[in-house]
Amino acid sequence: MRHHIWTYSNESVKNGAPPRDNDAGGPAGDLAPALVTFTGVEKSYPDGTQALAPVDLTVRDGEFVSIVGASGCGKSTLLRLASGLTTATAGTVSPSTDRISHVFQDPTLLPWRSVRRNVETLAELTGTPRAEYRPRAAEVIDLVGLGGFERHRPRSLSGGMRMRVSLARSLVLSPDLFLLDEPFGALDEISRERLGDELLRLFELRRFGAALFVTHSVAEAVYLSTRVLVMSPRPGRMVAEFAIPFGFPRPAELRFREDFTRLTAAVSRRLRDGDGQTA
Amino acid sequence: MRAPWTGRPRATWRDRLAPLALFAIIIGVWYFVSLVVLDRDRRFLLPSPDSVVRVAFLDGHNLTQLLRALWLSASVALIGLGVSIVLGMAVAIAMSQARWIERSVYPYAVILQTIPTLAMVPLIGFWFDYGFLSRVIVCVLIALFPVISSTLFGLKSVDQGMLDLFRLHRIPRWRRLVSLQLPAAMPATFAGFQVSAGLSVVGAVVGDFFFKQGKPGIGVLIDLYRARLLSQQLFGAVILASLLGVVVFTFFGWLSRLVTGRWYGAETP
Repeated sequence: MRHHIWTYSNESVKNGAPPRDNDAGGPAGDLAPALVTFTGVEKSYPDGTQALAPVDLTVRDGEFVSIVGASGCGKSTLLRLASGLTTATAGTVSPSTDRISHVFQDPTLLPWRSVRRNVETLAELTGTPRAEYRPRAAEVIDLVGLGGFERHRPRSLSGGMRMRVSLARSLVLSPDLFLLDEPFGALDEISRERLGDELLRLFELRRFGAALFVTHSVAEAVYLSTRVLVMSPRPGRMVAEFAIPFGFPRPAELRFREDFTRLTAAVSRRLRDGDGQTA
Repeated sequence: MRAPWTGRPRATWRDRLAPLALFAIIIGVWYFVSLVVLDRDRRFLLPSPDSVVRVAFLDGHNLTQLLRALWLSASVALIGLGVSIVLGMAVAIAMSQARWIERSVYPYAVILQTIPTLAMVPLIGFWFDYGFLSRVIVCVLIALFPVISSTLFGLKSVDQGMLDLFRLHRIPRWRRLVSLQLPAAMPATFAGFQVSAGLSVVGAVVGDFFFKQGKPGIGVLIDLYRARLLSQQLFGAVILASLLGVVVFTFFGWLSRLVTGRWYGAETP
């Protein structure tokens, strides 16, 4: 599944040519295999609230897709649909892999387990042989910068470090599709940026095939992604799509470049237009 | 980066002194009532602390009698508590696994808790005779409910995100129980054990009052001393029975901290 490495990372990176609005994916994105496809997916709750208006979306291997939108616009629902934690009221969600990992805003660690044992939890309980998961967990712990903290329990860790444990726990499973539901939403600005950089590095190292990332922060979305989708308030639907032209690896200074801020502003504007009536 | 959480803040002199002061006040009031308020003829209503110690605990014969009875009551209480823990946890686990089990069983657990034990005593006597077994059964009736309710509460308190994660990765139900629900329930479960431990001593003493066949437990002695107006021994028996309760209660508190203390409690931000 991991053959397409940055076919599109070399293309027009510079000068921040304004991305085409409603552009359907990066040029090379169309070539890579789809990991999950949403076709006319709707979601309503028993009380009649419509969370998602029909949504069409394909996430391909090698993509980092971010979804920005107001609170309660159905972003999280979209992720829960992708991982099968909830089912669609109409339309189809077809994942083409079962290696899907889900990371929530809360790190959801087991407080009685050490960092190492927390990272090993999912691999262990899904029946992976210990000889296989133990070295992999050790490697991932180093990779996310938790080396030396293996024996600590979650309560002695900061919020950012807990989130690293949560990421590591999923990465041990080498997911094809990584679903991230506002994973840095509860962190302070500095931890948030640092973890963003880490996540980007893990993506560049191909530790996961593709990501579907939900966030409130437009800058974070633009910085991390190959594609940013803007959702309207409830019932959520896609009102704009931005292909992000920056290549990899991305330096932290990218955040201060003019073309970056211009793109961020464009996304923010679409987000503010919100209901998409103007689109 | 951050030092591991090391424990609670250190006790100040006030934390250490206040309990001693309160104890001294209680003993003082006791002496005052016994020696000043009550005249000599009525002093048996509240014998002074030193006479209780002298007659009940320093007299070899009386002490042996009390300790034998205490031992018997302690075994009733501990067996009753053991049965309550095993049975209560089994029931709570079954209830946590399916809502239909919970809905069918829970009403009976509540009835068990609300029915006056005294109302059950004649039946228990009919069915199980008036000896050791019946005392244990009374004990279980009294101590069972806190184990069930607190374990069930603990099992159901598991974080929804964690359950989602287990569901997403199709982790089998028994593994979810063993690796997620039971450990998560431990703090609540142990709090239930602690309550039940205190109640099991109450159960053992109450059982004694009705089921007197066989060797006497502490409750039998209490009844005997009452009848004979042996108030020093009566007080001695009450003190020992309370001490037994305090000891098992404290033991389970200690055990709880031993098991969950390294991860449960205040979090550092």
